[in-house]
Amino acid sequence: MILKPTIQDIKAIGYYLGKIILGLALTMAIPILIGLAAGEINPALDFLIGLEISLIFGLVLVKACYTEHELNWMQGMIVVSLSWIAAMFLGAIPMYLSGHWISYLDACFDSMSGFATTGLALVQNLDHISLAHNFWRHLIMFIGGQGIVIIALSFFVKGASGAFKLYVGEARDEKIMPNVMHTSRFIWLVSLVYLVLGTLALGIVGILDGMKPFSAFFHGACIFMAAFDTGGFAPQSQSILYYHSFIFEIVTIVIMILGAINFKLHYHIWMGNRKEIAKNLEATTLFITVMTTFIITAIGLTQIGTYPKVVMLFRKGFYQLISGHTGTGFQTIYAQQFVNEWNHLALVGVILAMGLGGAVCSTTGAIKMLRIGIIFKAFIEDIKRIILPERAIVIQKFHHIKEVFLEDKQVRSALLITLAYLILYGIGACVGMFYGHPFLNSLFESTSAAANVGLSCGITSPSMPAVLKVTYILQMWAGRLEFMSVFTLIGFLVAIVKGK
Amino acid sequence: MKKSIYVFIILLLIFDFALAQGISSSELVNNAKLYDGEAVTYKGEVIGDVMTRGDFAWVNLHDGVNAIGIWVPLTLTKEIVYTGSYKAKGDIIEVSGIFNRACSKHGGDLDLHAQTLRKTDSGKFVRERLNPSKVSQVLILLGVLFSVWILTLFLRK
Repeated sequence: MILKPTIQDIKAIGYYLGKIILGLALTMAIPILIGLAAGEINPALDFLIGLEISLIFGLVLVKACYTEHELNWMQGMIVVSLSWIAAMFLGAIPMYLSGHWISYLDACFDSMSGFATTGLALVQNLDHISLAHNFWRHLIMFIGGQGIVIIALSFFVKGASGAFKLYVGEARDEKIMPNVMHTSRFIWLVSLVYLVLGTLALGIVGILDGMKPFSAFFHGACIFMAAFDTGGFAPQSQSILYYHSFIFEIVTIVIMILGAINFKLHYHIWMGNRKEIAKNLEATTLFITVMTTFIITAIGLTQIGTYPKVVMLFRKGFYQLISGHTGTGFQTIYAQQFVNEWNHLALVGVILAMGLGGAVCSTTGAIKMLRIGIIFKAFIEDIKRIILPERAIVIQKFHHIKEVFLEDKQVRSALLITLAYLILYGIGACVGMFYGHPFLNSLFESTSAAANVGLSCGITSPSMPAVLKVTYILQMWAGRLEFMSVFTLIGFLVAIVKGK
Repeated sequence: MKKSIYVFIILLLIFDFALAQGISSSELVNNAKLYDGEAVTYKGEVIGDVMTRGDFAWVNLHDGVNAIGIWVPLTLTKEIVYTGSYKAKGDIIEVSGIFNRACSKHGGDLDLHAQTLRKTDSGKFVRERLNPSKVSQVLILLGVLFSVWILTLFLRK
């Protein structure tokens, strides 16, 4: 029997959702300040409108649903999934008001793409957008990459138990420190330290590459946020191709890889435990899968001689590959070039890389390296069972921060999430094909959306059908939250209708 | 035989005329192999920064659909005054030069090495006018927000 949700359930969900919306509203103050400083009055007003609407919603929810109860697991998961939907709708308001998005749906698409750190974009005339709006596009990637809920955890939510449920609901199941609040703050500390260093590095490279100092550092901050949070938006319409700079590309590759690494691994490296990189299952799996998918892509590109020199193969082949594998989505080629100049084998290499993703507890999406490593270890274990005598006791271990014995429970969980991702990639591909796109192109774009990558082979455009836009939005949302909170929300809605 | 030679020459002239008349970015990106190594003319608005690299500079020209990177001798960039941004409409520039699908000099970039550059339209600063409807929306919402806040104070009591 399905139980109908109680008033207490709805109040708890509303109260915490309201708090998260209030946190989100405050972040809109940053583009307002940028707009005012840059003398962009209308863009500042766009954000003021967005801020006011968010504050009204947040205040009403917090007051109308006031409760002192802590969240249970179901409520926590629903708060997380609804927070991302609310963030999409509210974050899209100032974007739509700017006039750079044809419809509110397009603005919602880019808003979800930003928060979910995807990078697919429907923005129009990006090269003439205001600094305030451009900064906001990248800031939402920074917020979404750390996790919208992490903001609330860091500053608003009291009570460790409720906080942990929100933290887990946002697809982060690893605590770096014993206390989840301290974990959130550590994630922010890591991100802010890298933000300063990354912006400096990119800004200096920009100046050396001939950009004006203000422009270089503004682009540096934006590109850092999009690279570290494996987002993929860029301040100009040509993405990274705009800079025509090998050094700039190298710096972004380093930042993208840093973003794809587990925050727990960052912590151990910061604490001086550098040997962990070589031993860690995720890090070694990432290295192996990057090499494997690059070999596939390179063979494909070499077959047709698209990039005859090694440097060209690196800057075009490897760059798109690592951008896809880390879930970033920066491009140094035009979207149409994937279709016109890359063969199927090269595209398959990139699709595989996008589908695999980076580390768990990082800013990337997709299946993720720990799960791939666990599945691989389980295969090895099963092969050993077949080869060795029946009486032999087979034990499989792996190293992830510490030595861990492989259990069936972990393998089951890894396989289930992997299966869910594969189904999600497939659904999007089917919708793409329904609208007449070839199979490989549809799979490419669908994987890019669901794995929160952002590479595009040209399907994503303002003229694509609304159903396809909504499909990609749902894929970005479900992919970013790794399904559990989304499934819980669906169950909750069913319980409202069918529950007794 | 003679006929086919004439047809070939006419087609060559048409193609050459088309190239000289200016090609869109879509045409170049979608048919990059066809135009690879050819002399083309391309026109668009200068956007972003003019990035100096020694005796040359990178200029990105946007024709309304895509922006294409132009590798141009620094001396030719002196004509460029306005570059497109939120606050300015960039100069409209017409460049002629060699188009590269994957430039071997620039790590495989799709680019155009300009030999000539001509400003066809001057850019200008765009003066921003305060949008009165946005101001009224801000004020109305401020009123609603204030009312909600007052209500919450009463509810607390």
